[in-house]
Amino acid sequence: MSTNYDALPEKPRPQPAPENEPYWEGLKTHRLMIQQCSGCGALRHYPRPMCDRCYSMEYGWQEVDGRGDVHSWTVTHHPFHPGFKRDVPYITVTVDLDCGVRLQAPLVGAGAEALRTGLPLIVGFEDIDTDLTLPVLRPVTA
Amino acid sequence: MSTLRDKSAVSGIGETEFSRESERSQLALTLEASLNAILDAGLDPKDIDGVIPYAAGGIVAEDFITNFGLKNLRYSAQTPMGGASPVAALQSAAMAVATGICNHVLVALGRGSISGGRITDRLAQMPQMRLVSEFEMPLGTNAPAQFYAHMARRHMELYGTTTRQFAEVAMTCRRHAQMNERAMMRKPMSLADYENSRLISEPFRLFDCSLESAGAAAVVVSSADRVGDLRHRPVYISGVAEGHPDSPSAITQRPDLTRIGIARAAPVAFEMAGVTHSDIDVAEIYDCFTYIVICQLEDMGFCAKGEGGAFVEDGRIALGGALPVNTHGGLLSEAHIAGMNHIVELVRQLRGDGGAAQVEDAEVGLVTGFGDLGDGSIAIMRR
Repeated sequence: MSTNYDALPEKPRPQPAPENEPYWEGLKTHRLMIQQCSGCGALRHYPRPMCDRCYSMEYGWQEVDGRGDVHSWTVTHHPFHPGFKRDVPYITVTVDLDCGVRLQAPLVGAGAEALRTGLPLIVGFEDIDTDLTLPVLRPVTA
Repeated sequence: MSTLRDKSAVSGIGETEFSRESERSQLALTLEASLNAILDAGLDPKDIDGVIPYAAGGIVAEDFITNFGLKNLRYSAQTPMGGASPVAALQSAAMAVATGICNHVLVALGRGSISGGRITDRLAQMPQMRLVSEFEMPLGTNAPAQFYAHMARRHMELYGTTTRQFAEVAMTCRRHAQMNERAMMRKPMSLADYENSRLISEPFRLFDCSLESAGAAAVVVSSADRVGDLRHRPVYISGVAEGHPDSPSAITQRPDLTRIGIARAAPVAFEMAGVTHSDIDVAEIYDCFTYIVICQLEDMGFCAKGEGGAFVEDGRIALGGALPVNTHGGLLSEAHIAGMNHIVELVRQLRGDGGAAQVEDAEVGLVTGFGDLGDGSIAIMRR
């Protein structure tokens, strides 16, 4: 790349709490790991120390397939964080994953005009660098 | 539930000038509004024995002791609920005077110029945003307009709510602001102006979003036993409550994206006050974004879930309509003083001091707060 852009500030990065690290580690190996309560078996996202149903603080991790459908979305035009200045406009979707939790991620491979509640999407993985992989959402192709 | 009904009253109100930026410090602005409120009540600063500063503001009780020379501050608290903080603070103030701990509690909020720091960096540091900061901000969801856009889009998809209905809220606030000399935005706003304003985070355009302001506002909440010989007719706090939504730390994980904390607070406040929706003569409703007004109208029970868009049509929320909303112009067109200006305006209305925007014979009104990721608060007041 020879284009000499003014350097943008870095995008914010996750600062994983101990109970969240397996989620981020999973993404690095392109696996979507969701926290699962060892007490009652409930899957929960975002990860946290305690189950709000049975109060168990024991948990494991379940790999899920990342299929889901659109719950809601926004198209960001104003770069609130200057690190995203060259990304606007970008689409961020909230999906209901088939496993029962929600996930928010950028949409790639489709435009906003295609979006409607219930549209099937699948989680993909975008390697940012060796230490960070972020989830993305893609249309499900037949 | 009637334990706090009419046990306290707002005895004094105060504000500074509102502007986009200010040379003055946030503390100086806060103190000026506070002094104005105390003098408006007919009190001396030394009479203040409780203080609730804005939690997100960096101003603490010590600042009031230092600058007012208070000798006997018996209660201080903060209500960290973002834009729901000021009305939630009324509940704490009412409790403090109803229990006899205090006679006069100062509730104050000031905002300095935002140009000094990046709002997304400040948000990322807030404990309420811990999950958002880790799981959403790295993906480009960094600001309230984006958080709430998912709520608004969900509402549109489920109920057919339109941006034309959002525009109704924005244009109504603007028309009210035109009657208000204190308001920052007094130019007329047409539907075309709204539709031509730039997209921010769809479905929100610039004119769906509240202003950025520097300024301050404050009120004094006094024991109902102590207001008899003060300067103004007291405005009683008849019902007051705060409410928290499901999944308060992440909107994304909330079972119903269209339901917020005020849905839990409103029934408590109405029952405490002993009034019904038809008794409300004027409503100052937290309007960080146009959609949030529509959502609160539903969650307070003025209409069913999904009917808020239609509710704001046909001038119903304008002066002269069935439920005049944001008679000062709101955060959308007066100034963003995090809703403390809404409390001040309700008191003004119930005193009969609303000027050109006065709702005729206003006797009972309500004020709401909304903040962080869906926290809510509501106070019902009467003259």
